[in-house]
Amino acid sequence: MHPLLPASLALALATPLLARADTPSTDIGALRHEIEAIRSDYLARLQALEQRLRTAEAALATPPPTPLPAPLPAPLPAPQPAPGGSGGANAFNPAMSLILSGLYTRTTQDPAAYALRGFLLPAGAEAGPGSRGLSLAETELGLAASIDPWWRGAANIALHPDNSLSVEEAYVQTTALGHGLSLKAGRFLSGVGTLNARHAHTWDFVDNPLAYQAMLGTQLADDGLQATWLAPTELFIELGLELGQGRSFPGGANPRNGAGLVAATVHAGGDLGASHSWRVGLSALGARADEQALLGLSPAGAVVNSAFTGRTRVTIADAVWKWAPNGNATRTSLTLQGEYLRSQRSGSLLVDPAARASTGLYRAVQSGGYLQAVYQFMPRWRVGLRSERLDSGSPDYGPNAGLLAAGGQRPSKQSLMVDFSPSEFSRVRLQAAQDRSRPGSPDAQLFLQYQMSLGAHGAHSY
Amino acid sequence: MKPRFQILAQLALPLALVALVLPAAPAQAALRVLACEPEWGALAQVLGGALVEVSVATTALQDPHQIQARPSLIARARNADLLACTGAELEVGWLPVLLQQSANARLQPGQPGNFAAADFVQKLDVPARLDRSMGDVHAAGNPHIQTDPRAIALVAVALAARLQQLDPAHAADYARNQANFGQRWQAALLRWTAQAAPLRGLAVVSQHKAFVYLYDWLGLQEVAVLEPKPGVEPTASHLQAVQAALRATPARLVIHAAYQDPRPSEWLSKNTGIAVVKLPFTVGGSDAAQDLFGLFDDTLARLLAGAAQRP
Repeated sequence: MHPLLPASLALALATPLLARADTPSTDIGALRHEIEAIRSDYLARLQALEQRLRTAEAALATPPPTPLPAPLPAPLPAPQPAPGGSGGANAFNPAMSLILSGLYTRTTQDPAAYALRGFLLPAGAEAGPGSRGLSLAETELGLAASIDPWWRGAANIALHPDNSLSVEEAYVQTTALGHGLSLKAGRFLSGVGTLNARHAHTWDFVDNPLAYQAMLGTQLADDGLQATWLAPTELFIELGLELGQGRSFPGGANPRNGAGLVAATVHAGGDLGASHSWRVGLSALGARADEQALLGLSPAGAVVNSAFTGRTRVTIADAVWKWAPNGNATRTSLTLQGEYLRSQRSGSLLVDPAARASTGLYRAVQSGGYLQAVYQFMPRWRVGLRSERLDSGSPDYGPNAGLLAAGGQRPSKQSLMVDFSPSEFSRVRLQAAQDRSRPGSPDAQLFLQYQMSLGAHGAHSY
Repeated sequence: MKPRFQILAQLALPLALVALVLPAAPAQAALRVLACEPEWGALAQVLGGALVEVSVATTALQDPHQIQARPSLIARARNADLLACTGAELEVGWLPVLLQQSANARLQPGQPGNFAAADFVQKLDVPARLDRSMGDVHAAGNPHIQTDPRAIALVAVALAARLQQLDPAHAADYARNQANFGQRWQAALLRWTAQAAPLRGLAVVSQHKAFVYLYDWLGLQEVAVLEPKPGVEPTASHLQAVQAALRATPARLVIHAAYQDPRPSEWLSKNTGIAVVKLPFTVGGSDAAQDLFGLFDDTLARLLAGAAQRP
């Protein structure tokens, strides 16, 4: 079977109004195409040589007071071999990149006792300020290459400071579907919101916003399929649909055959003159969780284990606006960015599964978001301010009401950062934050971070 | 229906409506060309005339190394039939992600719709050793080929051939346009070469290594560069080192491109007395550089005016 057949079948079914075959789908077609390419290539070379000859003749024809420079040497349409690149099997090695990052953290409260008041956080989530003192942050190894004319593949392996390893992303993606369609399969960062699809080394602050930590498990990366379609319009309009296994929060332990997580995204964007650009989006995701381990606080402030079984729905509105004088961001630029997340969970909650287990109904509508501004005031230097606020709502714990702290909490956090990038491959950042996410006095946090990338450095998205 | 798919069902209707309302692939005869830089946009316009619809991703006031794959660029790349870029890794910081997000099979590397001008010109400054400690070096060589009109002539031939390949129905028109342009360009080249004779051997300082092809054409001598390493902003200490070095090997001009911060060049001029020359670098970089001919007319006029100034 032709490799494009299943894809084009899906394409034809999905958007019959766009089904218009313009790619040569037969081998003969491809061959003809190739011959045509070779012919025009030779034609171009021949004409280029004639042109050179004319240039040389013309140059000689003029009476110059000094000898004229030699005309450009023969054009070389064939790509030159990569310097240092070995031929043979290694020539096809994927592009490799390694992100090195480390941190110094200083906090007034013990990070080990971190809690987000009014919210039940997934156990084992990367929430809170991390560990105190000097530490190595995640080391990220990235590999990417074309697989064949129809697919490309990429993997991001995270090496954690505790010597464990995790597959952050590992996916294949179509490159030749055309019609603005693209399919991805594997494990990938979900396209919901603005920040979710961005790797940690491209974040503008040391940490992800609290709203992401509370409602998306810091960053949503599921195993599944993603289809995106880019509208054939001048305005950027991208629709995305994702089906996932539901392995990551807010999904969890999905034992069924079907999808445990479904997400749909719409993003639109454009320019306003040469200096301004914008992007807005609306995303919604639904997930199922079975006995998802959560951590909360008791009315007395002690950590309480619980397990949630039920459904979650998260809606995200996001907006980015960027400014740079004449669109030249080398010297100064400003980025304003904001996201609002709203999560609705309903199901049952098993509180304190280890001891006196008690099951009861659980319903919660919680929301939160952040607003940030990052200003590059001179080449290589940026300053950023982020303000965050969450609303725990008033979760209905049913019969468990007495075991968990009541709702009505409004955790907040303010962060200020300054970063310096000696080159586009290195960055050093200082960040101070006042974190009012746990009960009692606020946590004053200070971070000093470096982020460096070596090897192939993939281009960054908007 | 299972409740977990409710959300999908709720979203499916508005999405389907959006898809229906949008015009399905606007039917137009013109070949849509997306040029990465203004010079290739101008060239495609000259070669294609009314047969092409040209859109340019960057302006002369933007640094072509430092562009973001903005939503508007993704939308334009999605609809383009031909991408005309410099190549030689000039656009490596944004073009790969633009192509990936555009989901446009026609423009992917290796396709006829992906045209890289630098493939048709012998590159200068090809590094013998590749290491990022050298700064933002390009493995394929210096990508700023558009500063030499002889390179433009070579690229014009190749681009016309590519247009003919993509739009065979109008091959004769592209060939005619190319012949016409080639003739006018040769005439202009003669004029420019004669005009530029007094510049031969002139010692100059560049802010960025952006003009090696121009110097190669006109025989200018680059004695210093204000950026300590390619792509690294000039620092005070490096500027002072350049100032000191110029005492031994004096230069007549300090040259920067329209998109660059003029301050490092102005600093050097103030402290050494040599003339600052701001070159348009590409089409649109100055009021006079409104097309490819204007680009070189203005470039030469500015160089000659700078050389005429007595230090």
